[in-house]
Amino acid sequence: MSPSTLWIAFSTIFRREVRRFTRIWPQTLVPPVITMSLYFVIFGSLIGRRIGEMGGFSYMEFVVPGLIMMAVITNSYSNVASSFYSAKFQRNIEELLVAPIPNWVIMAGYVLGGVARGLIVGFVVTIIALLFTALEVQHLALTIAIVFLAAVLFSLAGFINAIFANSFDDISIIPTFVLTPLTYLGGVFYSIELLSPFWQGLSKLNPVLYMVNAFRYGVLGVSDINVAWAFVGVLVFIALLSGWGLHLMSHGKRLRH
Amino acid sequence: MTAALSISNLQKTYENGFQALKGISFEVQPGDFFALLGPNGAGKSTTIGVICSLVRKTGGSVSIFGIDIDRDFAAAKQMLGVVPQEFNFSQFEKVFDIVATQGGFYGMPRKLAEERTEKYLKQLGLWDKRAVQARMLSGGMKRRLMIARALIHEPKLLILDEPTAGVDIELRRSMWTFLEEINRQGTTIILTTHYLEEAESLCRNIAIIDKGDIIENTSIRSLLKTLNREVFILDVRDALQSCPDLGRFDGRLVDENSLEVTVEKGQSLNDLFTRLGEQGVAVVSMRNRANRLEELFVSLLADAKKEGDK
Repeated sequence: MSPSTLWIAFSTIFRREVRRFTRIWPQTLVPPVITMSLYFVIFGSLIGRRIGEMGGFSYMEFVVPGLIMMAVITNSYSNVASSFYSAKFQRNIEELLVAPIPNWVIMAGYVLGGVARGLIVGFVVTIIALLFTALEVQHLALTIAIVFLAAVLFSLAGFINAIFANSFDDISIIPTFVLTPLTYLGGVFYSIELLSPFWQGLSKLNPVLYMVNAFRYGVLGVSDINVAWAFVGVLVFIALLSGWGLHLMSHGKRLRH
Repeated sequence: MTAALSISNLQKTYENGFQALKGISFEVQPGDFFALLGPNGAGKSTTIGVICSLVRKTGGSVSIFGIDIDRDFAAAKQMLGVVPQEFNFSQFEKVFDIVATQGGFYGMPRKLAEERTEKYLKQLGLWDKRAVQARMLSGGMKRRLMIARALIHEPKLLILDEPTAGVDIELRRSMWTFLEEINRQGTTIILTTHYLEEAESLCRNIAIIDKGDIIENTSIRSLLKTLNREVFILDVRDALQSCPDLGRFDGRLVDENSLEVTVEKGQSLNDLFTRLGEQGVAVVSMRNRANRLEELFVSLLADAKKEGDK
């Protein structure tokens, strides 16, 4: 396929993904916004007043970047996991497999679809956050870069989850038992400076901590970790998961007989 | 002339050791209307799966219009359209979107994809349903939707895996007319079907596959010539009390208004009618007891089974 036909194929997959999650917006866009709004009200406003400052900011200011990042991560992941698995389940993945599209274009289309949902939800959650607190972004380019890369990374993870999944239950196991604990323990609600040295060390093995802190650094200008490591880590994981995803596609893992 | 489809020593053994294809070879010429027949589990869908890349072969080669799928599958896929046996579209997408989106997967600009979608949805009687979610369509409409989707990139080779399964007679005949028309326009068609009447009426050449082997590959005309006997049902005008004297023909009275007569190869139907006429039996209509191809199909499978038992 020529570059122009590859672009058409890619944009067709991407558009279909966006059409899918916007068609079912009450299931895909509204729930995360409601959940995050509740977090703002309960943790940020009601409980946060009693907590006082964290990292030199009001508790509300502190949790907002983490909650935005949490929304981006979970929505990017679940969009690709559920969409790609549904395509396998309904067998309409065969529409793509019989067409002359390279595997990397298929993967890129799905991943960018997940990124789009993650960023849209992140944007709406940011608007809601502005009702509770003022946000003055300190490093705009860095903020945009880390949120985009995190969305790519978790979309890739959702894609791989969907390839391995044999049932709808299988696409909820990783979010429930891996993603949620990593996110909650990834410094969304607290600074790891509050933890003992042992738990601080353990927390530094959590990749979500780096993304949350890099995003917080972009917005507030403070971070528990070296932000450069966050970018290096995210880029390395993106490279690893992309390679793994393409390997699974080229071997037809659970896609071809 | 380069074959539209050339399959050579194609093998498929699944991970559990089941050998679905045992080294089959056949060719389909450009412009042909070709039937690939066989009982359930014979290997038809596996063969189609290999051709369109949904099944990985374990040996042999496949070329589409001279392009080896191992060398340039993308180019080969551009020439190929497939209508699978099972519905394989998103049930929640609209009919128009399913077809137009498939055009995008083949790299077609959106405007062209939309024009073609309109053309094929109109030709297949689905234009009124274009804004309906696919799950709301009847079974026959869903099959036609898959045909429209397979044609969106105007492939030179169209493979249909039981396209008329579960479709009523009227709709089946309109689909036959449509397929004959696109075949006349130059599209090579390969059809698998359980309706042997369909294969006999539409196809010129045939391959019969059984247990992963090709047991017959010839023209339908030559195959029918090998039929040694045919059984006819004759409807007679006046009620009969007993079977008339049929001479060298075997026959029996089915009921008082119909006779079943076996005509061996070399026997003439004129002789039969003369004999019946002499006895005052007027025949008002006649038909084959079973489809001719069906009789051959059953006998070929029985022969293959005997060979296997030996």
